[in-house]
Amino acid sequence: MNLYLLAPEISLCGLAIVVILLDLVLKRKGILAVVSVAGLIVPGAFTLALWGREETTFAGMLAIDQFSLFFNLFFLVMAALVILSSVDYVSKFRAFQGEYYALVLLSAAGMMLMASTRELISIYVALELVAISLYALTGFLKDPKSSEAGMKYLLLGAVASAVLLYGMAMVFGLTGTTHLEEIAQAIPGGGLLANPALLLGIVLLVAGFGFKIATVPFQMWVPDVYEGAPTPITAYLSVASKAAGFAVILRVFYEALGAVSLDWGIIFAILAAITMTLGNVVAIAQTNIKRMLAYSTIAQAGYLMMGLAAVSALGSSALLFFLGAYALTNLGAFIAIIAISNKIDSDLIGDYSGMARRAPLLALALAFCLISLIGIPPTAGFMAKIYIFNAAVQYDLTWLVIIAVVNTAISAYYYLRVVKVMYLEAPPSEEAVPSSASLRAALSFCCLGVLLLGVYPWALLRITQAAVDIFFP
Amino acid sequence: MAVGLEHFLILSAVLFSIGLYGALAKRNAVVILMCIEIMLNAVNIAMVAFSRYGHLLTGQVFAIFIMVVAAAEVVVGLALVIAIYRSRETVDVERIDLMKW
Repeated sequence: MNLYLLAPEISLCGLAIVVILLDLVLKRKGILAVVSVAGLIVPGAFTLALWGREETTFAGMLAIDQFSLFFNLFFLVMAALVILSSVDYVSKFRAFQGEYYALVLLSAAGMMLMASTRELISIYVALELVAISLYALTGFLKDPKSSEAGMKYLLLGAVASAVLLYGMAMVFGLTGTTHLEEIAQAIPGGGLLANPALLLGIVLLVAGFGFKIATVPFQMWVPDVYEGAPTPITAYLSVASKAAGFAVILRVFYEALGAVSLDWGIIFAILAAITMTLGNVVAIAQTNIKRMLAYSTIAQAGYLMMGLAAVSALGSSALLFFLGAYALTNLGAFIAIIAISNKIDSDLIGDYSGMARRAPLLALALAFCLISLIGIPPTAGFMAKIYIFNAAVQYDLTWLVIIAVVNTAISAYYYLRVVKVMYLEAPPSEEAVPSSASLRAALSFCCLGVLLLGVYPWALLRITQAAVDIFFP
Repeated sequence: MAVGLEHFLILSAVLFSIGLYGALAKRNAVVILMCIEIMLNAVNIAMVAFSRYGHLLTGQVFAIFIMVVAAAEVVVGLALVIAIYRSRETVDVERIDLMKW
C-alpha cells in the first residue's frame, strides 16, 4: 500500500480542511480564495511528480497511470478557474465563504478519484463525494430558485445513483467481483443477447452514468439546475462534473466491459444522435442565456459521446481532446456571463444588447468562446470537432457524423444570435460594465487556451493519446 | 420449498420498482426521499443475497457503504427540504416550479 500514489487527493482534501479552519479564525475572508487557489499548487505538483508512473495500490483499487494523471491535472485547473471566477460572487455572502471553497475542492478530489479508481465500490463512493458536494453548492444561495435547483438535482441524482447501484449489483452478481479487470475476465462469451442479466446491468450502468453526463433521456435536470445554481457552480457542473462522468464511463466500459464493446458502442451512437439533436433544437427557443448554454452543453455531450461510440484509440483520445477544448471554451463563456451579470443583474439574452459598446473586451471574449462552441477556426472547438468527426468516420459511423454536421449548422443560429445582440443592437445605457482582476485573469486564461488549442493542438493531442494507451495495449 | 437466490432477487426487483414508481409519481419531497431509500435498500438486498449465495463478502461490504453514503445524501436532501420550506411554505414538488422550460 503506497500512500504516496494518493498524495494529490490527500493533499486536496487537506487543503479543503485548512480552508474551513481558516474561515473560523480569519476576519478578512478574501484571503480564503487566495489560499484555495495557491493551495492547488500542492496537489498539482504531486501529480506532476507522479507523471509517467504506472502503478496500482490498495489491492488494485486505485490506478496511477497517464489517464488518471491527465484527469487529475484537468480537474485541478478547472477547480482553480472556478474558484477564481467565484471570488466576486462569494464576497457578497454574509457567511459560509470557507465552506463554499472547501466544497469545490472536495468535489474536485472526488472527481480525481472517479478517474483513477478501478473498483465498483470506490467508484460509487467517489461519485457520491462529487454529487453530494455539488448538491450542496447548487442550493448554496438558499434563495427560492437556488434551493429549488438543489432539490431537483438531489432528487433526480439520488434516483440515478440508485439505478446505477442496481446495475452494479447485477454486474457483481454475474461476475462475483467488483474489480474492473476481474469483471473483464469473468464476463461470459456470446454477446449481450445471450446474457440478459449482463444486458440489464449495462443498460442500468449507462442510465446511471448518463445522468452525470446529461444524455437523453436523463437530461431534464440540466436546464433547471443550471439556471438556479450560482453561476460559477453552473460552469463547474457543465465542465468538471461532465468530464468526470466521461472519465468513469471510459474506465468502466473499456476496462471491464471491453468484451461486449460492439453492443454498448451502438447504444452510445444512438444516444449521441438523439442528445445532440434535442439539445440544439430546444436551445433555439431559449431567452435566458444560462438556460441556452444549458441546452448547448446537452448538445455538446452528444458530440462527446461520438467518441464513446467510436470504440477505438482514436475515438477515446479525440474524446479527451474534445473534453479539454470544451472545458476551456464553456468555462470562458460562463466567466464572461458571470462578469456581465454581476453588473446588469440579469441573465436574459435581450439585456445583453449593445454589450460590445459597454464592455468591449468581455463581449469579444464571449463571442470568441461562442464561436469556438460552434466549431469555427481558429478555435479549440474547431480542432476538437475535426478529430472527433474523423474518429467516427474511421469507425464507420458516417451517418452519425452527418447528423452531427447538420446539428453544428443548427447550433450556429442560436450562438450567433447572442453575438448579434451584443454587436448590432443599441445598448439601453452607455454605462460601462467593469470586471474584477480575478475574473479577467480566469477569462484570459480560457481564451488564450482556446486560441492555443486552435492553432497548436499537437501538444494536448500527444498527452491524450498517451492517456488512452492503457485501454488499448 | 427452500428459499433460494431467485426469491431474494425477485423481492429486490419488486422493491426497486415500487421505489422507482414512488420516486416518479409522489408529490411530497420527503416521500420521494423515502422512495429513494426503498430503491437503495432493494439494491442492498440484492447485494447481500449475491454475497450469501456466492460466498463473497464483497457484497456485504458494498451494502454497508451504500447505507453510509445514503445517510449522507439524505442529510443534504432534508437540509434542502427545510431551505425550501422556509421560503415557500410547501414541499409539494408540483408547486416548486419557478423554473420550467
